[in-house]
Amino acid sequence: MSLLLKNKEGDKRLLMGNEAIARGAIEAGLAVATGYPGTPSSEIIENLSRISRQAGIYVEWSVNEKVAAEAAAAASFAGLRSLCVMKQNGVNVASDFLLHLAESGTRGGMVLVPCDDPGALSSVNEGDARFFARMLEVPLLEPGDFQEAKDMTRWAFALSEEIRNFVVLRSVTRLSHASGMVSLGKIPRGRTQAQFRHAGALLDPESGPMISCLPGAPQFTHRRQQDKIRTAREIFETSPFNYYEGPRRPEVLIVASSICSLYSREAIAMLGKAGKKCGLLKMGTTWPLPEKFLQKHLSSAEKIVFVEEVLPFLEENVLMLAGRWTRGKGPKSYYGKNSGTLPSYGEMNPDLIAEALGKVLAVRRRPVRPESFAAKAGAFADNAAPRRELTFCPGCPHRASFWSIHSALKLDGREGFVCGDIGCYTLAAFPTGFNSLRTVHSMGSGAGLAGGFGRLRAFGLRQPILAVCGDSTFFHAAVPALINAVHHQADLTMVILDNRGTAMTGFQPHPGLPVNAMQESAPPVEIENICRGIGVETEIRDPFDLKGTRDALLSFLEKKEGARVLILRQACSLSPEKKKKNSFKVRVDENACRGERCGCNRLCTRIFRCPGLYWDNRKQVARIDDVVCAGCGVCASICPAGAILKEDAV
Amino acid sequence: MKPGLKNPFNLIVTGVGGQGNVLASRILGNMLALGGFQITIGETFGASQRGGSVMSHIRISPGSTWSPQIPKGCADAIVALEPAEGVRVLSDYGHDKVCFISNTRPVYPAGVIAGGAVYPPIEEIRSGVLSLVPDALFIDATEEAIKLGRPILGNIVMIGALAATRLLPLDRKKFRVAADKFAGSDSLDYNLKAFDAGRRLFQTAMSRRSRPAYPVTRRS
Repeated sequence: MSLLLKNKEGDKRLLMGNEAIARGAIEAGLAVATGYPGTPSSEIIENLSRISRQAGIYVEWSVNEKVAAEAAAAASFAGLRSLCVMKQNGVNVASDFLLHLAESGTRGGMVLVPCDDPGALSSVNEGDARFFARMLEVPLLEPGDFQEAKDMTRWAFALSEEIRNFVVLRSVTRLSHASGMVSLGKIPRGRTQAQFRHAGALLDPESGPMISCLPGAPQFTHRRQQDKIRTAREIFETSPFNYYEGPRRPEVLIVASSICSLYSREAIAMLGKAGKKCGLLKMGTTWPLPEKFLQKHLSSAEKIVFVEEVLPFLEENVLMLAGRWTRGKGPKSYYGKNSGTLPSYGEMNPDLIAEALGKVLAVRRRPVRPESFAAKAGAFADNAAPRRELTFCPGCPHRASFWSIHSALKLDGREGFVCGDIGCYTLAAFPTGFNSLRTVHSMGSGAGLAGGFGRLRAFGLRQPILAVCGDSTFFHAAVPALINAVHHQADLTMVILDNRGTAMTGFQPHPGLPVNAMQESAPPVEIENICRGIGVETEIRDPFDLKGTRDALLSFLEKKEGARVLILRQACSLSPEKKKKNSFKVRVDENACRGERCGCNRLCTRIFRCPGLYWDNRKQVARIDDVVCAGCGVCASICPAGAILKEDAV
Repeated sequence: MKPGLKNPFNLIVTGVGGQGNVLASRILGNMLALGGFQITIGETFGASQRGGSVMSHIRISPGSTWSPQIPKGCADAIVALEPAEGVRVLSDYGHDKVCFISNTRPVYPAGVIAGGAVYPPIEEIRSGVLSLVPDALFIDATEEAIKLGRPILGNIVMIGALAATRLLPLDRKKFRVAADKFAGSDSLDYNLKAFDAGRRLFQTAMSRRSRPAYPVTRRS
């Protein structure tokens, strides 16, 4: 049985942060969970989808984050508890609806979980979703460890129902993807009946219609929204998720939230004796801030250090309050991102914080290891550990697709370029994808930008324009851009890299597949039907057929006007259907491989660069690494000497 | 309080995306949690799975929650599924007394395959590491896993080798429970074989030494 359903109160288990959040929602009596995949958030919905049947919950991978928020809000309006999960960038997408929802309010408890990625470890940026809570005027919770990830999620539903608005619970990569011990709580029994009551008075929060604003009358809805946030502030004044640990009168008071509270505690320990002069004020409710609670603790120290990721959200909001307290308190010294004590980009770690505290306390840390070791090991690593750039996996259809795109554009010779967006194929901005992508922005923006470029003929732009997007991204955000391009007669070729799933984040289904999040069969919405339905000439090829793909691309590039779509369909090599099932046994005929004498410039290893190939320095020939090779056989088509041989795998 | 173990004991498992780094850290974390320890595992996965460096930080404590990032220079043990990644982690988190166990099988970075960057021969890596950490051990984990017919089990062979050091209470019984949960019961037999192979490789490597490097008798 899944850990998420174990009804053994008090059992202590090792859970991933995302599992803890999912468990917290189950302990709260969750009914509906929606989201769109995105690292580091995906495992929350994934874990819930696996237990959907047993738990009697509805779980959906929505087409995008805005629709996910709408679906979760509908459940809330019908009196159910709902959870909506996304990575930070998704909140940008959902924000239009969320701004309205914050004003109409909610009924059944609704919790929005954005997972930020400080350091952009698996993202194209390190956006800080916390600012949305302030802009949306809704409460913001930041769990500081794994136990809190569960407990605060459970509590967030009750808070949401108490104030009748949704609550934001913000996680970060180092909480979501880290694991720690969690003591399990009770799972409630029974099921709430869904019913949307809408026949009551216009402004009746229990039975009226759910309407976000009354034109020209903010004194009703907007004021009501602000009353809710004042109630939340009062509740936060006594919240057990905000607490202080340390001496009664610390020399330095650290104010930290989220995983930074664990880093700060560790940094204090690393400082040894000097650390005893530091106190830690761990904040779990970071918007609105509990003013009286903060005032009490800030008055205990003269030096205040803010530790948070990524931007100075907590820092600036506390300073805003502190501006009101200056009378009678005397000036204090504040350290954080604004003072340059800690960086305002990238993620935090215990070393960075210990160093910053050392500066504020004017103490020097004892080195933890001999400096001679650090110097010698560093020099050795510079030599012995070559940089490991990200690459497409062995057998990745994207490598084949971009090989064809790259060679078609080269053959065309008019300095054509590719506009891309977010997915594994973002890596095509780098050598693994032959540096093909020349623009990368948000989901679907490759298509939107290409459409914009495609209208610049009148200004003399003669370059062929390509857009690429993945299958999941197509549904998420590229369809409106394609419709726009068609209607405005933009000249572009859109290549849809259909690898049969949301591959980057772990093969979550999307509307193009015959299955939904709960592994039930679902009617697939075919990409080619959408494209043809809006009047776009559409072709489908297998990217592993290099010649067929290149020919299709060249014929599209020759047609200079209008929009065209080429669907390159081949399942991801890590997909469950393909994993460990090699189509071919590939080997190099070392008598046929002429190496550097060939004149191919070692096309296979130097340019194609599949990790399944390597260069045998001794024999000066290419080789296949059988442990790594995924057996797609594409490299056999690129070798001009025909030295790479493929045979059907047995 | 469990006797004899530093609080926290800091273990790093490192390798390359696709080698089963995350699975190895989960299995280790759960084995230790079964032993009553308070565990924090810090790791990142996502983009790094695409051929990038992967690193899991495992904090092992008798009773407190430590942060998911080990401070620089503070690892107590490093298990490298890939030798160059072991060197990289040793440089950031190691010291001359660290327990260092590395697989010998390289996974070449794209830059090396393309010819721009150089990956030194494994003998050079071995002697460089030994000059930094005299007790470091290199074992042919992937080769052993290939013999079992499943090269991916190199990660489990490495867990077996770490268990054999007896630095941590990692017995076969706990391995069976954790592997069953994470690796699936259909491959449990293979996992147990790989675990045993790792223990054997460690014993063989130790028997070739003049003095014992690890406290193999500290705990039964």
